[in-house]
Amino acid sequence: MKRTVFPNRWLPYLLVLPQLLVTAVFFFWPAGKSLYLSVFKSPPFGGRDVFVGLDNFTALLANREYYESVLNSFIFAGGVTVLSVLGGLVIAVLANQKIRGLALYRTALLWPYGIAPAVAGIIFLFIFHPAYGILPYFLSFVTAYEFNWLLKGWIAMTLVIVATSWTHLGYNIAFFLAGLQGIPASVMEAASVDGAPPLRKFTAIVVPLISPVTFYLVVVNMVFAFFNSFPVIHAVTQGGPGNATEIMVFKLWKDGFVGLNLGSSAAQSVILMAVVIGLTMLQFRFAEKKVTY
Amino acid sequence: MSDARTTTTAVIDRPGIAARPRPTITVHSAEAGRPRRRVDWSTVLVHAALIAAVILIAFPLVYAFVISTQAMDEVIQKPPRLLPSTHLVENYVEAWQRSGMARLLLNSAIVAVGVAVGKISISMLSAFAIVYFRFRGASLVFWSIFLTLMLPIPVRILPTYEVVGNIGWLNSYAGLTVPLMASATATFLFRQFYLTIPNELAEAAQMDGAGPLRFLWSFLLPLSWANIAALFVVLFIYGWNEYFWPLLITNTEEMRTVVIGLERLIPRSGTELPTWNYIMAGAMMALIPPVAVILFMQRWFVKGLIESDK
Repeated sequence: MKRTVFPNRWLPYLLVLPQLLVTAVFFFWPAGKSLYLSVFKSPPFGGRDVFVGLDNFTALLANREYYESVLNSFIFAGGVTVLSVLGGLVIAVLANQKIRGLALYRTALLWPYGIAPAVAGIIFLFIFHPAYGILPYFLSFVTAYEFNWLLKGWIAMTLVIVATSWTHLGYNIAFFLAGLQGIPASVMEAASVDGAPPLRKFTAIVVPLISPVTFYLVVVNMVFAFFNSFPVIHAVTQGGPGNATEIMVFKLWKDGFVGLNLGSSAAQSVILMAVVIGLTMLQFRFAEKKVTY
Repeated sequence: MSDARTTTTAVIDRPGIAARPRPTITVHSAEAGRPRRRVDWSTVLVHAALIAAVILIAFPLVYAFVISTQAMDEVIQKPPRLLPSTHLVENYVEAWQRSGMARLLLNSAIVAVGVAVGKISISMLSAFAIVYFRFRGASLVFWSIFLTLMLPIPVRILPTYEVVGNIGWLNSYAGLTVPLMASATATFLFRQFYLTIPNELAEAAQMDGAGPLRFLWSFLLPLSWANIAALFVVLFIYGWNEYFWPLLITNTEEMRTVVIGLERLIPRSGTELPTWNYIMAGAMMALIPPVAVILFMQRWFVKGLIESDK
């Protein structure tokens, strides 16, 4: 189909100018600079940059702490994704049953999305508080295990995963509900007529039909957990105890802004860039499938 | 086999579409005439599970609120006190004053509205150019906007900070908002929307002698309000809750946004005891505006969430 177009020659450039200016100045130039810095060594207090080739990368890859941060990132992203996508699916399937009050339930389930991860982190910080928190208090009746996130890395990791999942659950519920409602009623009725039991209807019809949504949500939650996870770490654990919750983005910030190791920080940026490019391509590769029910 | 249920109304509340009442199908089965009403246990079970989920999800917020109404000796008592107390007003006043909350909330509002309006405006203009003009480099423009999706702040953090510093925008509203304004998702949403508008509209407008800007203002803009409202809600929440960027480029008290400024209530030194009642009061103040926006604009919020991510 040929679309009607306006004949102006210069106007379209003027219209895209604001967007292009912002992308050029604040996205492309800095991203290019990150690439540049990643192969140089910059003295923190001024002086000439020295070209060092891939030294920053090899130094990183020889560093045990960096591997720990990569591993922590995967544990964090995996934990958030499994918890919030699986939880979102279960709740959305329940809310999608033919029951009254769907709109009310949806409202009651969606709102935590508005809570900033940092604020959510502070709330869970108190729930997990070793001395006054309600969770360690009740756990103390069940087990003698010292449930103290300041001392035990896995508890700190659980804290930040749960807080982040809490804010992200509503997002997944919204998408699953939209996907579930996109399943034609006739398909479900046909299965009922054929006498398919509920569980069989779920595994044979619902799961395949919403698998594109599920895939999309897994990728989006991974991207979110990898790149928007800084606030909760910074506000709650500061990467600790030890390095137990030091994820890639936090380490990058710490090395760059606190440690002033610009080359290493830039190299970490470049590695993260590769990760996000991979995840985004994965997402768009399957994006068309999402809408073809 | 059909139950005696006669209300299979199934009001499918699709996001963005007002709930349409469906005709009620009355099932005249043999059972329907019987006076005995069977309790549909599966429905009861579904409701019970959903209510449990709602309670579980609400608990952290309710608990935070409860703490924010207690005096410090109640906060630390054992067993934990799960009921609100009477210190709500004094705690909120104290938290408000300690954190300089008025300024924090003002800054967050300016940033959230600024980012949302800025993103929507420049995205509308670019999408308009891409759909309604034929110009050299159009696909280059399109792809460069697309590429911003792959460049979140962490991958360009130091140089972006440097650029903003060189412009002289550290500790300024411009620095807090302008670098966040590029938006691939908003641009794609508007492009997608314009492509669904029949060609005849632009033809008719041209025949009536309307120029492109007139067409954008008088025809496209009025048609776009639903999309604009939906995007605004989602972007407002994004702007309000943004953490990394304001943390980097502001270091003065009066330019902090509320999600950053809240940290001021938490002492980092070991000598001072954290006053959790004030912290929770501050947290409530920081989270009420975005949560209220979701609750009151839920229809737009869901539409914006789902459509802006296609």
